[in-house]
Parts: sequence; C-alpha cells; structure tokens
Amino acid sequence: MSSTISSSEIQNNWDGGSKPLDASYGKLMMWFFIVSDALTFTGFLVAYGFSRFKNIDSWPIADEVFYHFPFLHGVDAPMYYVALMTFILIFSSVTMVLAVDAGHNNKKNKVAVYMLLTIFGGAVFVGSQAWEWVNFIKGEYGALETKGGQIIQFVDSNNSNKRIALKDFVVEIPEYRERQKKNNGLWYLTESSLPTYSLEEVNQGFMANKNILVKSEKIDETGHKIILTREESELKVSQAVFVVEGANLIRNEYGNRLFADFFFFITGFHGFHVFTGVIINIIIFINVLLGTYEKRGHYEMVEKVGLYWHFVDLVWVFVFTFFYLV
Amino acid sequence: MGQDNHHKLEIFRGMIKFKSNVQKIWGVLIFLSIVTAVEVALGIIKPQVLMSTFLSMKLINWIFVILTLVKAYYITWDFMHMRDETFGLQASVVITLIFLIAYAAFIFLVEGNYIYDVMYESFVSWNF
Repeated sequence: MSSTISSSEIQNNWDGGSKPLDASYGKLMMWFFIVSDALTFTGFLVAYGFSRFKNIDSWPIADEVFYHFPFLHGVDAPMYYVALMTFILIFSSVTMVLAVDAGHNNKKNKVAVYMLLTIFGGAVFVGSQAWEWVNFIKGEYGALETKGGQIIQFVDSNNSNKRIALKDFVVEIPEYRERQKKNNGLWYLTESSLPTYSLEEVNQGFMANKNILVKSEKIDETGHKIILTREESELKVSQAVFVVEGANLIRNEYGNRLFADFFFFITGFHGFHVFTGVIINIIIFINVLLGTYEKRGHYEMVEKVGLYWHFVDLVWVFVFTFFYLV
Repeated sequence: MGQDNHHKLEIFRGMIKFKSNVQKIWGVLIFLSIVTAVEVALGIIKPQVLMSTFLSMKLINWIFVILTLVKAYYITWDFMHMRDETFGLQASVVITLIFLIAYAAFIFLVEGNYIYDVMYESFVSWNF
C-alpha cells in the first residue's frame, strides 16, 4: 500500500528499504518538483507585483478589463466568470482527491470515474481560459496610444461616463490603406494587422462629438480612473499616435503595456500547467482502465499525479487573488 | 482496507472531526467554497470601510491575501495530504517556500515602490 510505513518496523536504517521522511521516492520527487515550480510562479507573480507597485497610480483595474460572461453580451459582470473558473478547478481538485482515496481502497472503477471527472473539470477550465483570452485579445472598445505609451480610453458624458467604443463615434473616411506585406511593398518591410479605424477617423469623430471625454490611466484617491475635462481631452487626443484594438504583447487597449504581457505569461503558464495536467491525467486514467495499478497492487501513481493537480489548483488560487481581486 | 486510519481527520485544530476521509474532503470543499464566495462578494461590493490603508496596502487587499493563504493551507494540508506527512517533509517544503517567497516578494515590492517614488518626485514627468 502506498501509505506510510512506520519506521519503527525497520530494525536498522542502514540495511536499506527505509524511506527518508516516510515518503516514497516518487512522492518525494514530486514534492521537489512542486517546490521548484512554485518558485517559478513566485518569480512571475513578484515581477508582476514589482511592475504594479512601480505604476501603482496608473495600473489597469481588473474589473474594467474582465467583465464578460458567456451568453450575457453587454452585461457588466466583473469577477463572476473567474469565480466560476475557480470553483470548477477546486471541484476538479476534489474529484482528484476522491480518486486518490478510492485508490487507497483499491476500488478500480471508482478511481476511473473520479479520474474522468477530474479530466473533464480540467478541460472545462482550459476552455474557459481560452475564452477569456479571446475576449482579452479581441477587446471591445478600442483606444488610442500617445507617443509616451499612455492609453487613452473614451467615455460618453451623456451616458453617465460609461465607456464608448471607437466604432460608435468615428467618422469613416473613404480611403483605403492596405496592410504592408513582404509581397506588396518593400520586400524587407512588413507590419502587423492594421486597426479597423485610422487615427484620422477617430480624431474627426472625437472632434464632432463634444460629449466624448477621455478616461486617463491615472487613478484618483478613491481608486477610480480620472476622467479628463473636454479641453484636457482634446489636448490628449492630439498627442495620440496609434489606434489600439484589443491586446497583443506590444500594446493593449486596457492600459500599461506590461499588464497584457503579465496576463499572457502568468495565465498562459498556468494554463499550460493545467493542459499538461489533463494530458498526464488521461495517461493515468488509461492505465487505471488497463489495470496497470491493480496488478502493481497500489495506486500511488494516482496519488503523485494528484499532488501535481492540486498544486496547479493552488497556483490558480494565487493568480486569482493577485490578478483579479487585488 | 482500513486505510482511513492513516489520515488525520480533524480540521480547525480538532474543532471539526470527520468520520471518514471522504467526508473530510467534502468538508474542506465546503470551507474553500465559502472562503472563495466571501472573496468574490468582497471584490464585487468593495465595502468603503475596508478601503483605508494599513501598512501601505488597502485593508481589503490584506484580507484577500490572508484568505488566499488560508485556502493554500487547506489545499496543501488536506488535498495534498500534507497533514499525514512527517514533520520533516512538512518543514522542508513549507519553510523553504515561505522563506524564499516572502524574501522575493519583500525585495521586489520595496524596489517597485522605490522606483515609483523616484519617478513621482523627480523632474521627469510622464505627461506626453
């Protein structure tokens, strides 16, 4: 059985067969890996904290970025979706620990069912993360960027300063500019995909609609983004050099450039862990069905993959707090 | 097989005792769900009382950090069965991580704060 063997049963520790710390080799190595992996995530999260403290008065507010919920278009639902994802992952952790428990009692069918549920939960979680990424990358409102890299967002003062999308106020100018590729310009020059609207179109739309104000990156004492007056807004818009839609690794419409970078790297690295966890779970699940562990007489392999799976859940608890709550 | 004998079935220092390991798992799930629900509720309501600053961080953020550590404890101790391991293993994992993470977080956050102060008070301004 995989559970601990009391070391008192062993007469002499130097005769071999005794386990350091009463844990098997595999479990000990999994703990080694978890400690080192936890430090990798620590590196990511403290780097995030560093950048955030460095830009403490202009960091994007999570509730204004992550407010989507499936099938509820245009509804402002901050946090609900990530909270749901958190529940899904915690629940898949529970089915995992139930599989480990069934393994202790050598109940093959129960282990298989719980492993399958765990795989399902993990897959739903990865899918949710993909959906979150799609919304993040697509963006909804669009923004401008100044030469200094500040993001300019727009609000409608007639609509209690709610965000307004570029498409709702631009003046469309019938000119066509093609994206430069290697085969239609200088062969050594390319550019990334062009935004839907040109800077000129946004500028003209802004000038034509006096009710539109600029929401700056700066945060006031109450924790809200500062909305500029019309004069300040016009000055700010005149400094813009880019139209930003959605997010990529260079710029994003939500604010500080590092925000999207950390979002992609931290949730991406975590998502990669969940993905590998699902793959390993599937391998173990097949082995359970084949009866590998039944022949071996113990289900310690389920326990080891369980440790990894719980660790992934543990990391998400921290990512959830520092990315979405704080 | 009587494997349940190997699990310690108490949480909250013995305030709640469970009859079997499976029961303990569900109990811990309920507890973790309650903690997460409290976090989400606080995050949505954002009570004005908790917006005051304490040790250069908002009170509400301190609550989030503490609740996160509470969740981390129960995931490690009950889901990862750390409760059933020897003290040596518990200490090698936990002390190492707490020391290194606390150290890294401390130096990085202090440094970030310092750079913020430098940029805030210097003659360079980010107004373009």
